Amino acid sequence: MEPRQPKEKCKNVFAMLSEYLDAELDASTCRDIEQHLAACPPCIEFLHSLKRSIALCHEHRSPEAPPPLSAAERDQLRAAYQKALGTKR
Amino acid sequence: MAAGHAEEVALARDLIAGQPEAFDRFVEVFQSKIFQYAYMMCGQREDAEEVAQDTLLKVFENFDQLREPERVRPWVFRIARNACLMKRRKSVFAPAQELSIEDFLPRSDQHDGARRLEIPDRSALPDDLALRGELRSVIDRAIQDLPEIYRAVILLRDIEELTTEEAADVLDVNQEVIKTRLHRARLAIRQKLEEYLRTARGAGAGGQ
Repeated sequence: MEPRQPKEKCKNVFAMLSEYLDAELDASTCRDIEQHLAACPPCIEFLHSLKRSIALCHEHRSPEAPPPLSAAERDQLRAAYQKALGTKR
Repeated sequence: MAAGHAEEVALARDLIAGQPEAFDRFVEVFQSKIFQYAYMMCGQREDAEEVAQDTLLKVFENFDQLREPERVRPWVFRIARNACLMKRRKSVFAPAQELSIEDFLPRSDQHDGARRLEIPDRSALPDDLALRGELRSVIDRAIQDLPEIYRAVILLRDIEELTTEEAADVLDVNQEVIKTRLHRARLAIRQKLEEYLRTARGAGAGGQ
């Protein structure tokens, strides 16, 4: 038997998964998506893998770190801050 | 070491109020954040160092213009983003590339669950430091491989955790554009992780 293609409904849900996970959809669209997910194991599996991938990104930090500022660079920044504050008052 | 939103706001509020004790911590927090963002955006360590330095200088020169300390994060990133754009003008121009959502639709065989492959839960990872390190490099590469317009969005939304509204403000686009680009960037990263795990598992002894 030919494997079935994702249905139109799956494609529509697929396009909204990030907004769904970010709670940026209205209640009725959420209900609609949840109804579909409850009946479509491949979509819910995809949603979970997307959620895990996002969670890995949330905690991701590049291994590269900046070099410490030199005393002169720090003094330059402090002087700029003090000047800005001085002009404000 | 990492600062949360509340600490950043408190530091900004102290600096606006003229309490210089907050200065060193503010520099520490934001130098690291700006450097990470610039490194991922520019791809060069030297550029990232210069962007971090230029951005911090602009931030302090204009500190009197930060009216709402709650918005310190998007305010700083807007300055950092402009500094990155200046760097880009000096380097090779990369044309804007679009990612199509169709490219990330699960293939029919995957959609049937025939090739089920789980991206690990991060809470299950601390026991597996090697896998954690490998996944980190996969994510790092996946982000760097994204076209620039998507990379900027995922860095601001998922790494720096700005809101959709704040990211739209930093990048000068509307919120719908942020949502669309974020979704495509996430799909691309998910796909890279899946490809990596499939190859790694295929190469492993026996797999499961």
